[in-house]
Amino acid sequence: MSSTYTASPFVGKTFGVTVSHLTKQFGRSTVLKDINLEVRPGEIFAIMGPSGSGKSVLLKHIAGLETATSGEVRIGEYDAADPATRDKVHLALVFQAGALFNSLSVYDNLALYPREHRLYDEAGIRERVMHALSILSLEKAVKKFPSELSGGMKKRVAIARALVMEPQLLLYDEPTSELDPVMSATISEIIATLREQTAVTSIVVTHDRSLAMSIADRMAFIMEGKIRATGTPADFKQPSDPVIANFLHPVVDLKNPRFKQLEHNYE
Amino acid sequence: MKYLSAVLGHIGGTVLLLVRSLKYVGTLPHQFPRFIEQCYLIGYTTLPIVTILSFFIGSVLALQSGYSMENFGAKQFIGTLVGLSMARELGPMMVAILVAGRVGSAITAELASMQVYQEIDALETMNIPPERMLVMPRLAAILCMMPVLAIIANLCGWYGGALVCQYTHFISVDSQAYFAALKRFMEPKDIIDGLIKAEVFGFVIVLVCCYTGLSTRGGPREIGASVTKAVVSSLILILVLDYFVTKIQL
Repeated sequence: MSSTYTASPFVGKTFGVTVSHLTKQFGRSTVLKDINLEVRPGEIFAIMGPSGSGKSVLLKHIAGLETATSGEVRIGEYDAADPATRDKVHLALVFQAGALFNSLSVYDNLALYPREHRLYDEAGIRERVMHALSILSLEKAVKKFPSELSGGMKKRVAIARALVMEPQLLLYDEPTSELDPVMSATISEIIATLREQTAVTSIVVTHDRSLAMSIADRMAFIMEGKIRATGTPADFKQPSDPVIANFLHPVVDLKNPRFKQLEHNYE
Repeated sequence: MKYLSAVLGHIGGTVLLLVRSLKYVGTLPHQFPRFIEQCYLIGYTTLPIVTILSFFIGSVLALQSGYSMENFGAKQFIGTLVGLSMARELGPMMVAILVAGRVGSAITAELASMQVYQEIDALETMNIPPERMLVMPRLAAILCMMPVLAIIANLCGWYGGALVCQYTHFISVDSQAYFAALKRFMEPKDIIDGLIKAEVFGFVIVLVCCYTGLSTRGGPREIGASVTKAVVSSLILILVLDYFVTKIQL
């Protein structure tokens, strides 16, 4: 990932994230319950948990896309919910489904950010876009539109778009879902290398145990809207909490009594 | 009470969207390609249907008025009636209804699907305000295109009426007499009033459709619901505003 072009003025500065007593309600349902977290500047922090546990909602609060019912999220000294924070902190979010602009080609999707913010001339933008595409082996997709891409390719384009943004805080929502194991490994390498080269703070929401274990400096396990445990990957290798142990090391038991009912139905 | 608060919430949201969008008027020169694209979508693609419909509205108006006015011996005023009706009322109103159905629905569907598929969230995290990139170019384009469409609608309606007057045996008013009557009682104010109406209608349609699209929540089903809501709201607003704008103008 060596770059020959001039780095963005934002690269180099980095921010931590502090989540304090964050609670979020949608109608009568409480999705996040008094969440407290601290992500240090330059750290890769993984958030794991089962589906529907509130991981993505938490990530949206950090990105400033949701307003908390109570509590707050701060990026460095700035309030994440304040739109003005985006002028001060360069933030990128890799959405689970990619969230690519369907009316734009892959190239234009990547070029949109530097063009809109007039960061570089067209040659500089082209250089950065092609560089990001080459990292993710997407050179052949440059003229394609999102509707012509597979789910995995969309995800890779979304990551490439985040790379072009040269962020100080990079948020990933399930970056390896829908990707094959080789591409998942590449994504893990990219997340780790980016941090190494630009000291970007990365928060990764994932189900992928091997991704979290291999790249995270620290991890949190969230369940039913509450943080159940935080620690280093080493702490999660042999968790004492049976719920976390079952999530990280699930046992496939084909003799589970639940399946007896199924067998009975099919007889 | 719940319905009233929802209506007030929508009005407030629409006004807020307008205020936020107006902040980005200065960015229009940098968004020139986007503005041209919207002018093309709003103006050029709506032109054929505006031309055909306004031609036939003018024709029907001439036919009906010719049939009625013959009884009073006032056939020589058909040109005046068609001319004023098209310029002051039917031209802008019909263009607005077509724009609401054709362009308004497309704007709502596009923005609603961008909202549902998180493209708007992506824009926000990229610090690109949707009001700047999606709303402002559309508002500017509709302000440029509505008068053009209204003038074309007027011309087509007038010529439709002239043809009917000339070639319908029970009317038999030649084009020269038709246009002479049209000119005699037509003042520049009549045309300008019609163009102002078209501007007001177009502006409100785009604003309401952008707001409805951007406030869509949920899944693909809500996209369809938003389109219906935006078009119905636009049509109601066109008729209500028509009354008030006409009252101010008269």
